[in-house]
Amino acid sequence: MNKTVNQKAWWLVTPVLVLVAFNAFIPLMTVVNYSLQETFGNNEFFWEGVTWFEQVLKSERFHASFLRQLLFTGMILVIEVPLGICVALTMPRKGPWVSVCLILMALPLLIPWNVVGAMWNIFALPDIGLLGYTLNSMGFDYNFTQQPVSAWMTTVVMDVWHWTSLVVLLCYAGLCSIPDDYYQAARIDGASPWAVFRYIQLPKLKRVLTIAILLRFMDSFMIYTEPFVLTGGGPGNTTTFLSIDLVKIALGQFDLGPAAAMSLIYFLIVLLICWAFYTIMMRNEEQ
Amino acid sequence: MARIEFKKVRHMYPPTPGQEPTYALKEINQVWDDGGAYALLGPSGCGKTTLLNIISGLLTPSEGSVFFGDTDVTNLATTERQIAQVFQFPVVYDTMSVYDNLAFPLRNRGIDEPTIADRVKQVAQMLDLENVLHTRASGLTADGKQKISLGRGLVRSDVNVIMFDEPLTVIDPHLKWLLRSKLKELHQQIGVTMIYVTHDQTEALTFADKVVVMYDGTVVQVGTPVELFNRPNHTFVGHFIGSPGMNILPGHVDGSDSYYKNNKIQTANSADDGQAGKLEIGVRPEFITFSDQGIPVVIEKIDDLGRFQIVTVTHERDTIKLVIGEDDIVPSESAKIKFDPANTHLYRDNWILENAR
Repeated sequence: MNKTVNQKAWWLVTPVLVLVAFNAFIPLMTVVNYSLQETFGNNEFFWEGVTWFEQVLKSERFHASFLRQLLFTGMILVIEVPLGICVALTMPRKGPWVSVCLILMALPLLIPWNVVGAMWNIFALPDIGLLGYTLNSMGFDYNFTQQPVSAWMTTVVMDVWHWTSLVVLLCYAGLCSIPDDYYQAARIDGASPWAVFRYIQLPKLKRVLTIAILLRFMDSFMIYTEPFVLTGGGPGNTTTFLSIDLVKIALGQFDLGPAAAMSLIYFLIVLLICWAFYTIMMRNEEQ
Repeated sequence: MARIEFKKVRHMYPPTPGQEPTYALKEINQVWDDGGAYALLGPSGCGKTTLLNIISGLLTPSEGSVFFGDTDVTNLATTERQIAQVFQFPVVYDTMSVYDNLAFPLRNRGIDEPTIADRVKQVAQMLDLENVLHTRASGLTADGKQKISLGRGLVRSDVNVIMFDEPLTVIDPHLKWLLRSKLKELHQQIGVTMIYVTHDQTEALTFADKVVVMYDGTVVQVGTPVELFNRPNHTFVGHFIGSPGMNILPGHVDGSDSYYKNNKIQTANSADDGQAGKLEIGVRPEFITFSDQGIPVVIEKIDDLGRFQIVTVTHERDTIKLVIGEDDIVPSESAKIKFDPANTHLYRDNWILENAR
């Protein structure tokens, strides 16, 4: 058979290239542009090299919000993943309650981020909010607008409320895909419920859990709207996570150079952690 | 090890709303001997998996009881019955090594490690798994995994019965044969009762000493492969077993003679007890021959299968199949056929008539 050799097929790739250019490459390059120069308006730019990157990496402020971010993401992962698995395990597999449970689980996911923030803000207000008022009348000293610990607790609980459902739904789908034969074989082998979980359910959930952890990591590491509406990053700077800090620098102080440098560093951190996590999980798979 | 006995076992699944409840199993009364190799054969949906699950204790029958030896096990849980089962799709514990997979049932029963090591080694030897004992079970091929599932049953010394639920479905054809002979060999070696569920007659006939044919929720015949072939109790057994299946033709009687249309037929049993019912004549294609006189037929088709030929003929719109030798000559026109009297049976309402001539 004769093969025609020409490069016409490349035209078919053009739409994708255009799309990627406009939604990823060009915006990213603008940020790169800002991160390497100084501007005073009027479209005048002065070359700065890596000054902004050095400044961001050395700044105490960036270190503090980065640590807060790590702590927050770590906390919500430690809570949401086991909780999600537990809830998924207790959900019914058949019968009329399946759809009821699924809808109830999906509801928090359907609420817009800033609505969630506003809801929890009002819910937790110490003088009029149901949660805040109840806690205080039970004798707890709770005021998330003034106490860092209360603010953290509220933010974490809010995120758990909003996003555990995602882990639950993914795990539930994973559990439903395990054939009945496995459970029957386990019964015949005399396996305890713990052994069933440890040797059948958990290994079969590995893939969906990898996805769930990646999604929850990325989303929580870039969280902005909910804590911004709930606490505004306060009290003080105690709940100022990376993206809140970034917006403060970029739009509050209008320091475009450092903000651009920070964006790039932020982006690389997310990319690096995701890549490392995924590689480790998949390498285990191959063995 | 034990004899298995079913006493009036019936089972009904919870009915779907808006549908008439039907029995998946309509009364089973059976005694299966200790140490036998049984095959449960039947088409999909005939209740064979239901029966298997009742033996293993995954289902409790709606009525009747199941005995292992003298013990009533009807309400015992799976773990208390000491049974093993190999499923259609291989079940292995992916994260464990082959060794740990085989040791798993013993560890769950709190047996000490030295004993476990002994048993696992023994079973691995029987199943040719010694070389892969310390690799991860998830890396094995389907037949290797199926051997592990089987091995998990064999390591336990207290197993009453090992059940196979269409275990060769996902195995490559050339390995099927190997694995099946392995099973047969193991059965002779350890002598434990084995029950093999399948809808493939070749598998059933090669594996089992006794084949249990199920149809529409009942056991229609239990017998050796030869009995099933030579004297099917039910027309279903006739056309389900054998390829091509038995010819089932409409019949009627006049006095003590049996007739197919206007042709008098010599049969092995008789229908002169005067009872009513739909009468049929069953004769296997292997027991029909061309002859000088007999039933006139028109030849429709000849399929040459190498070692034998299948000839399809018609008589007054009824299709009849014959199996003849590779070198036998098929008459060109105005052929006549003859049934072998010893292997021609009369059936009333699908069941064979018991009174022999």
